[in-house]
Amino acid sequence: MNFIFYITAAIAVAATTMVIFHRNAVHALLYLVTSLLAIAVIFYQFGAPLAAALEVIIYAGAIMVLIIFVIMMLNQGDSTVVQEQAWLQPRTWIGPALLSALLLVQLILLVSNGQISSTQTFHYIGPKQVGIALFSHYVLAVELASMLLLAGLVGAFHLARRKKINPGESSNAN
Amino acid sequence: MQGLLAWVPLLPLIGFLTLVAFPLFNRHEPSQRTVACIGVGSIGIAALFTAIVAISVFWKNPSEIVNIALWQWMLVDNLELGFNFYIDWLTLVMLMVITGVGFLIHLYSVGYMREDADFRRYFAYLNLFVCAMLILVMADNLVLLYLGWEGVGLCSYLLIGFWYKEPANGAAAQKAFIVTRIGDTAMAIGLFLLFYEFSTLNIPQLTAAIDGPDINNEVVTVACLLLLGGAVGKSAQLPLQTWLPDAMAGPTPVSALIHAATMVTAGVYLIARMHPLYLLSETAMTTVAFVGALTLLLAGFSAIAQSDIKRVLAYSTISQIGYMFLALGVGAWSGAIFHLITHAFFKALLFLSAGSVILSLHHEQNIFSMGGLYRKIPLTFICFTIGCACLAALPFTSGFYSKDHILLSAWEFHQGINILWLAGILGALVTGIYSFRVLFLVFLGREGSASSHCNDANTPVMTIPLCILALLAMIGGLLAPPLQAVFGSRPDEDHSAWIEGVAIAMPLIGLAIAWKLFIYQKKSGEKRSSIMQFWFSGWGFDWLYEHLLVKPFKSLAKINHNDIIDNLYKGTAALSRQLNALLSSSQNGQVRWYLATFAVGSVLFLALLVAL
Amino acid sequence: MPIETAPGLEAGVLLASILFCLGLAGLMMRRNVIFMLMSVEICTNAAALMFVVAGAHWGNADGQVMFIFVVTLAAAEVAIALALVLQFYHRKHTVDIDQLNELRG
Repeated sequence: MNFIFYITAAIAVAATTMVIFHRNAVHALLYLVTSLLAIAVIFYQFGAPLAAALEVIIYAGAIMVLIIFVIMMLNQGDSTVVQEQAWLQPRTWIGPALLSALLLVQLILLVSNGQISSTQTFHYIGPKQVGIALFSHYVLAVELASMLLLAGLVGAFHLARRKKINPGESSNAN
Repeated sequence: MQGLLAWVPLLPLIGFLTLVAFPLFNRHEPSQRTVACIGVGSIGIAALFTAIVAISVFWKNPSEIVNIALWQWMLVDNLELGFNFYIDWLTLVMLMVITGVGFLIHLYSVGYMREDADFRRYFAYLNLFVCAMLILVMADNLVLLYLGWEGVGLCSYLLIGFWYKEPANGAAAQKAFIVTRIGDTAMAIGLFLLFYEFSTLNIPQLTAAIDGPDINNEVVTVACLLLLGGAVGKSAQLPLQTWLPDAMAGPTPVSALIHAATMVTAGVYLIARMHPLYLLSETAMTTVAFVGALTLLLAGFSAIAQSDIKRVLAYSTISQIGYMFLALGVGAWSGAIFHLITHAFFKALLFLSAGSVILSLHHEQNIFSMGGLYRKIPLTFICFTIGCACLAALPFTSGFYSKDHILLSAWEFHQGINILWLAGILGALVTGIYSFRVLFLVFLGREGSASSHCNDANTPVMTIPLCILALLAMIGGLLAPPLQAVFGSRPDEDHSAWIEGVAIAMPLIGLAIAWKLFIYQKKSGEKRSSIMQFWFSGWGFDWLYEHLLVKPFKSLAKINHNDIIDNLYKGTAALSRQLNALLSSSQNGQVRWYLATFAVGSVLFLALLVAL
Repeated sequence: MPIETAPGLEAGVLLASILFCLGLAGLMMRRNVIFMLMSVEICTNAAALMFVVAGAHWGNADGQVMFIFVVTLAAAEVAIALALVLQFYHRKHTVDIDQLNELRG
């Protein structure tokens, strides 16, 4: 079964690479959805079905749709592809890429140096266990998360309003 | 009765404040009559109060001491200073000199300054001076004394530079202020040392404290020498004497009051007041005596060479104060104070007479352009002659008694011929020469260039003080104050007649030399021999200080033109600004740049972890 | 219940690291705000993956609980960020993040 993990991991990495290098926003977003779905599979393999489901529903579903909406609202047309072409010259991305590669190498070194317990057993943790933990031990954190979402809601509503920039401009206040 | 003494320094202060505050109440400048009433009246009443107290309280009792506590000045830990007055016979003598002679000079000033536009300012300064001088002599602690000390220094500065529109006068005022400041600094250090050693600056307590068993003589010696430094600065003694001849830039009555009768004798008063301290230290006493002896000779010879009538008198003042220091140094405390009194009389008389001459000749001060004035201003001539006789210590004048006292004390000090006595005797000869030289040159002989347009400028307000002072100078020898209670009495000794004879003869020989040398000499006075030129410049002290202190200081100041210390701070500021520019350039508003910085930071941090 | 067939912990951690670094690289190299947001999502997701892997390793529900919080956070963050993007676009008529440099020192 391990080869399924490696295949999905490879898909995730490849799709993510495509996301960061792609010039068309909608295509990039589709690659991102692919990457998220691949990670959902990996979650499932690690014995976390609830996480896998939420990954698909909230991440790949809700959040990505939100981004799609915004891309559509901006509606920049074909000019964006040319623009991205111009912005994504090798001399622009080579530096960040090297820096990230360096970071990755260091992370790998740290991981390989670490004394990880030899028991490579994984445990299946079902939704029930997660629910019990969430609403008993973490109930306060849940309340805080609700506050965060409320704040996000109010903030997004406030920020997204179109204000009159100039008095002369007759754009409707939303 | 004793309470009147508190009013003595207060009255001049009130006079000063009234004169200064006049424009607040009245838009017009007050008339000269009003100013004179306030300025002279305040001193006059103070003199009257002093006289009343002297007759009613002190006359019968030579050991009378009056303490007047006005208010507490400061209280810091164990330093308690009051605004308190301590009046014994020594103080009383000083009070009488200051208020009495001061009153006469104030009165004279009304006539002398009658044509000056700044009449009110002049009397305000003069009143402030008298107030400060009275505080100086009445203070019961050394800090209050120091307040008066600095106060008279300030007034001296203001009055030397009274005609400030002439730059030379301002320079003379600054010189006087700065040179005396050197002495004042030494004195302040002396006060700190005394407080450190005895934990008190109250004069009676201090004199009581030094009777204690465990007294560190070295500390007392150093403190005495430091106080001497202050006295030397104030009294224009060697090596800080250079300011006094230049101080003649002020109005002549100012020279009479401040630079002859009162302020310059403050050093003598200080040492006399602190005499129990000096008695403990032979080194300090000897230093005082030698400073006095050296100064009286140097200044005397300088006086012979001068051509400005006021500078002659200035050098003679230095010389006479040198006599007082000599007396202090040989322990003749009452002799020093006696000479102080007589000197105040005859030197004020001389200065005021000189003022009359100067005013009559329309501000001509060169003695070589005078001559033959005895016919034109006879009263002034008589007064000046009396003053010169006293100064030269001709027999039966006041100066004779006091100077004789000093010379005898110097004789007794070493029981025979000694260098101090010889200096005093030689000084007496020199004094005779220069005092009669100026008398002859000014009043006798052929008429000089300025004499022809001489018209008598004396008014009654000027002649009355002159006459009173002349009288005092004549009979002052009979007014020896009873100071035994303050200084302790000394046994009278019989002296062989020849010592007295020498003391009497010296001034007469001086008179003869002066007659021989100067009455027939040419009026020009342009050709001076090199030694005379040297004396004329006051033994080159100005030149020496110019090259030793002023020029190196100026060149140092030039090197430090941009202020090295300041540059240190400016450099710090510039460095901060550079760092700010450096760091603010990293704040370029580029989000991706910030992110990259984040990433680099993470990489470095992880590199640390990996390396460990 | 243990899962014997699962891949190793190192593999999970490695994948998370790779994804995170890719996200970081994307964040630094893209100028388009939309792409930057996507890169942020990649990073967040990598962190969430790390939580889940660790939770599975220790047999603990906390990993998935944290995953849920991370998703909540990502949702709120995306909502705010997109609102900002819209405002930005309305004001500047561009999605170039380099144009937003008015807060420089």
